[in-house]
Amino acid sequence: MPSILSISGVSKTYATGFTALKEVNLDIQRGEIFALLGPNGAGKTTLISIVCGIVNRSSGTVTVDGHDINKEYRAARGLIGLVPQELTIDAFESVWATVNYSRGLFGKPANHAFVEKVLRDLSLWDKKDAKAITLSGGMKRRLMIAKALSHQPRILFLDEPTAGVDVELRQDMWEMVRKLREDGVTIILTTHYIEEAEAMADRVGVITRGEIILVEDKAELMRKLGRKRLVLELRSPLTAIPEALSRYALELSPDGGQLTYTYDNQAERPGVASLIRDLEAGGIQFRDIDTQNSSLEEIFVNLVRKDA
Amino acid sequence: MNPLAAMNFRAVWAIYRMEMARAFRTVLQSIVSPVVSTSLYFVVFGSAIGSRITEIDGISYGAFIVPGLIMLSLLTQSISNASFAIYFPKFVGSIYELLSAPVSYLEIVIAYVGGAATKSIILGLIILATASMFVPLTIQHPFWMVAFLVLTAVTFSLFGFIIGIWAKSFEQLQLVPLLIITPLTFLGGSFYSINMLPEVWRTVTLFNPVVYLISGFRWSFYGKSDVSVGVSLGMTVVFLLICIAIVGWIFRTGYRLRN
Repeated sequence: MPSILSISGVSKTYATGFTALKEVNLDIQRGEIFALLGPNGAGKTTLISIVCGIVNRSSGTVTVDGHDINKEYRAARGLIGLVPQELTIDAFESVWATVNYSRGLFGKPANHAFVEKVLRDLSLWDKKDAKAITLSGGMKRRLMIAKALSHQPRILFLDEPTAGVDVELRQDMWEMVRKLREDGVTIILTTHYIEEAEAMADRVGVITRGEIILVEDKAELMRKLGRKRLVLELRSPLTAIPEALSRYALELSPDGGQLTYTYDNQAERPGVASLIRDLEAGGIQFRDIDTQNSSLEEIFVNLVRKDA
Repeated sequence: MNPLAAMNFRAVWAIYRMEMARAFRTVLQSIVSPVVSTSLYFVVFGSAIGSRITEIDGISYGAFIVPGLIMLSLLTQSISNASFAIYFPKFVGSIYELLSAPVSYLEIVIAYVGGAATKSIILGLIILATASMFVPLTIQHPFWMVAFLVLTAVTFSLFGFIIGIWAKSFEQLQLVPLLIITPLTFLGGSFYSINMLPEVWRTVTLFNPVVYLISGFRWSFYGKSDVSVGVSLGMTVVFLLICIAIVGWIFRTGYRLRN
């Protein structure tokens, strides 16, 4: 399937001389949820801003559904909805006016029924006559989403959508994102909350210091780069790891009651069976056993550290 | 393709309507305050000085200053409306929406400058109506009066738009209107005929572009002017073209917008 967004060789150097992006290549598949992860200052927002037309790139090309973002900017931008990181709304406009304004700005005819649906879906209908300045932080965030959805975009950029949002609202937003995907909207989100990417994304991209260092299917990434932990609850605490077990990557808890073995689940011989045999041979008994997969967060931290 | 057919008129209308709604929301600041201050000028200058100077070029002093007063408000309000309209979204960050929308530079300028010019034209007409309550007014060339009104409002709204994009702070936003435009207007023959000045100062004054605006505008009322109407019109159009060229450059380079 052809990608809906194609970024090719995009670089950005600001007037200050700071290079925010270096030869970035990225293809986003139609209908997927793509999570772009990266530490602060990695270039996530710059990349989004270039695609959306807010920042001029220094070099490279970007096409949205086959439309060049410069030569066919109307067609390209009309397909995109953007929810920026900062809560930037004209504070003195009413919710109703500002969402209808956004729709008009994107060249769509007035459609009060649709705008009403968007506001109802985002639980903002009761506040339609309220000025933006009177809304809570969470409501403002939803209002930004309503504005971005007002022209029925096919690609939605969510730049840190749940920053400063409470847990309940975060769950609601995840639900909304899933619904949008069901309607065929492609979602690209940047987030600091890796659990967000873990819960929602189909694919994950990692950007650091202006370079995309990895793009991978999330499940595949977790399978390939994930590590497993085997946690053994010991019957009798140990004071130290016995010499006979030194060849294993073991960690002993401070109270000596728990042994943790970290291993690569892709390895041909992960060593679990031999560890159990060696424990028995050494007379170390355990009363419980548990295995844990490493989270996307751990994978991300490892990747970024490795690159630094 | 016909360029007109490709234009995003809905966006132009959306921005224009938003700008007009802002003016009505802040009606005290937008309309009432300039009317009150102009009336004060009128009372102070018209009554106090008018009692000493009865006529200039055969026109009663009170009536003589009306075109200058309208121009004073038209210039300052056009600049302030347009500069604030584009600076405010930059300041709060909501400019992202404008930059990411399928809107051409021309459409952005038409909408913002159109909104700012409309507001200052309405204001100019309100001041004209207010002035007519103080002094009897005649408008000998109504077509040219409207033409000067519209041309000046559009030109200085464009100028304000440039200032709004250039400004990095509210202080810079106020700098040009306060330190350049207001003095130029006061020294541009709003309250006197430049023919009343000594020869040297008269020559110096001719370098003030506002002289031509006021002179042409006053001609449309009373058929009398300090400089020829053709020159007035020509100077206004030249300034308009300069502003258009600067705006064109700003958009071509993304100056202080997309960098």
